[in-house]
Amino acid sequence: MATQHSRAAARLMNAPAVFVLLVWMLIPLCMTIYFSFMDYRPLRGVADCCVGFQNYERFITSSSFLSSVATTLIMVGGILAITVIGGVLLALLLDQPIWGQGIVRILVIAPFFVMPTVSALVWKNMFMNPVNGLFAYLWKFFGATPIDWLSELPLFSIIWIVSWQWLPFATLILLTAVQSLSSEQLEASEMDGAGALSRFTYIILPHLGRAITVVILIQTIFLLSIFAEIFVTTNGAFGTRTLTYLVYQRVLESQNIGLGSAGGILAVILANIVAIFLMRIVGKNLDN
Amino acid sequence: MGRITLDKVSKSFGEVNVIPPLDLTIEDGEFVVFVGPSGCGKSTLLRLIAGLEDVSGGQIRIDSQDATTTPPAKRGLAMVFQSYALYPHMSVRKNIAFPLKMAGMDQAEQEKRVDYAAKVLNLADYIDRRPGQLSGGQRQRVAIGRAIVREPSAFLFDEPLSNLDAALRVNMRLEISELHNNLKTTMIYVTHDQVEAMTMADKIVVLQAGVIEQVGSPLELYQTPRNLFVAGFIGSPKMNFFSGQEAAKHDAATIGVRPEHLDVSTSEGLWKAKVGVAEHLGSDTFLYVHPEGVETLEDTVTVRVDGEMALRHGDEVWLTPQDGKIHRFDGAGLRIA
Repeated sequence: MATQHSRAAARLMNAPAVFVLLVWMLIPLCMTIYFSFMDYRPLRGVADCCVGFQNYERFITSSSFLSSVATTLIMVGGILAITVIGGVLLALLLDQPIWGQGIVRILVIAPFFVMPTVSALVWKNMFMNPVNGLFAYLWKFFGATPIDWLSELPLFSIIWIVSWQWLPFATLILLTAVQSLSSEQLEASEMDGAGALSRFTYIILPHLGRAITVVILIQTIFLLSIFAEIFVTTNGAFGTRTLTYLVYQRVLESQNIGLGSAGGILAVILANIVAIFLMRIVGKNLDN
Repeated sequence: MGRITLDKVSKSFGEVNVIPPLDLTIEDGEFVVFVGPSGCGKSTLLRLIAGLEDVSGGQIRIDSQDATTTPPAKRGLAMVFQSYALYPHMSVRKNIAFPLKMAGMDQAEQEKRVDYAAKVLNLADYIDRRPGQLSGGQRQRVAIGRAIVREPSAFLFDEPLSNLDAALRVNMRLEISELHNNLKTTMIYVTHDQVEAMTMADKIVVLQAGVIEQVGSPLELYQTPRNLFVAGFIGSPKMNFFSGQEAAKHDAATIGVRPEHLDVSTSEGLWKAKVGVAEHLGSDTFLYVHPEGVETLEDTVTVRVDGEMALRHGDEVWLTPQDGKIHRFDGAGLRIA
């Protein structure tokens, strides 16, 4: 791959893909930026160009902005915590030789194949419904008052639903990492006098560091844009309005494309700030 | 102290019987080498002693204490693994200190012992590096350092040199022998390389299919191998075996002559042969000759001759075994005294 000729050929063959990617990314981004500086409300027939930073100012100063940022961070953080901790434990469990290992592993991965809208609906109607849900029956069985999950604990419920969907992903990646740990290292630490807990903290966990980093980075990218789960469960009510959802409301419910676009650009900037922080904190793990 | 006794120890994995009941005593301070071909159960035997595998039967005693069911960490043994098994995310210092930290030793004592081990093993310059930044030989020394600091009653080595290149292997062989001389601690060393066994051991245990074929000092094994297997396994290049009429002349089913005990002449001798490949090492030359009119167990006979001897492919030579250097074996492959 090092000759002048092959490098030129490689560049030529890459070109179409790079071009499509640029068009795909740059045109929507540029249009969003363009709209964000417009007073654009199609249903009222308003399309005034160039109102400056007015949309940004309105978006940021509105009372829902800060709370939506906080909600987003709590949601993403909660889901990350549950999936990473649960994923590590499940991976350790699945690494043990058990009867029917193949089927168990497929079952564990299954939730990942369920579409977000479907899984949110299933959770909402079959588990969390205060009258007919399975949890309600469970609570009544023990003589307790059923909880109306989606209005009493809405944020927690959504975190739980999304965690259920992403746990398989974390488990899968962490399981392959657990399996790649050399058994001689574990045996060596056993001979060195490390008990089960010390083996976990000193040998297994550091070994999983890189895999955990990958899980956190990939999940954060996808979790910042959670939408379907909120849409079908709470519709953004009860303090579950994330930044993504706020942008959606501005554009479609208020029919204010200019304001929504400004929010979208702000979301992109915030996501990048989060990404930079994440890379700083965990990116070290990807070195060496 | 480190006297290890195996009493009728056996091991089977499911239906497969890897080690039939076996007795062995390893004296305190001895350097014992388990040697045998791949899959002979030598590593399994070591892991049984370490406690990394459970025995299927019999008893393991360490310093006359029953240790059969004692967990590995409590047996007072330290092991050096084939892959070194260093902890990649810890510095050399932390690697070496790990067993001490697990034992809850205080910080000052830990540092003292780590510094001592680093000095003994010439690791002081790399003490803050990670294993990934070290060469094979250095990693090997870190693994040994981690074993030393625990001051174990015996060291267990599981083919520790097989990942090193030839020159380094010779070096490390010397270093480990030197270490044994200094520490005077029991060492059990597993290898498939009979050169390592011959050069390092006080006592060699030759294993085949989980059975001990012979136990003895390197020279005992070389001079009086108990059976055909040991005779063929110990010594490099390996012993030549003759059967049929030539063996019958010595009242044996098979006779064996080592390559260094065959005299070569271009004019006269006992057995006629044609030279095949000649390997010139400088000091010696190994000739692989095709004997004519003599029954042998293998196609070629190996002869070790002086390095100056100029023989070529296709030359005709005569071989004569030296007096008193012929090993005789009966029909069952056992040595005839």
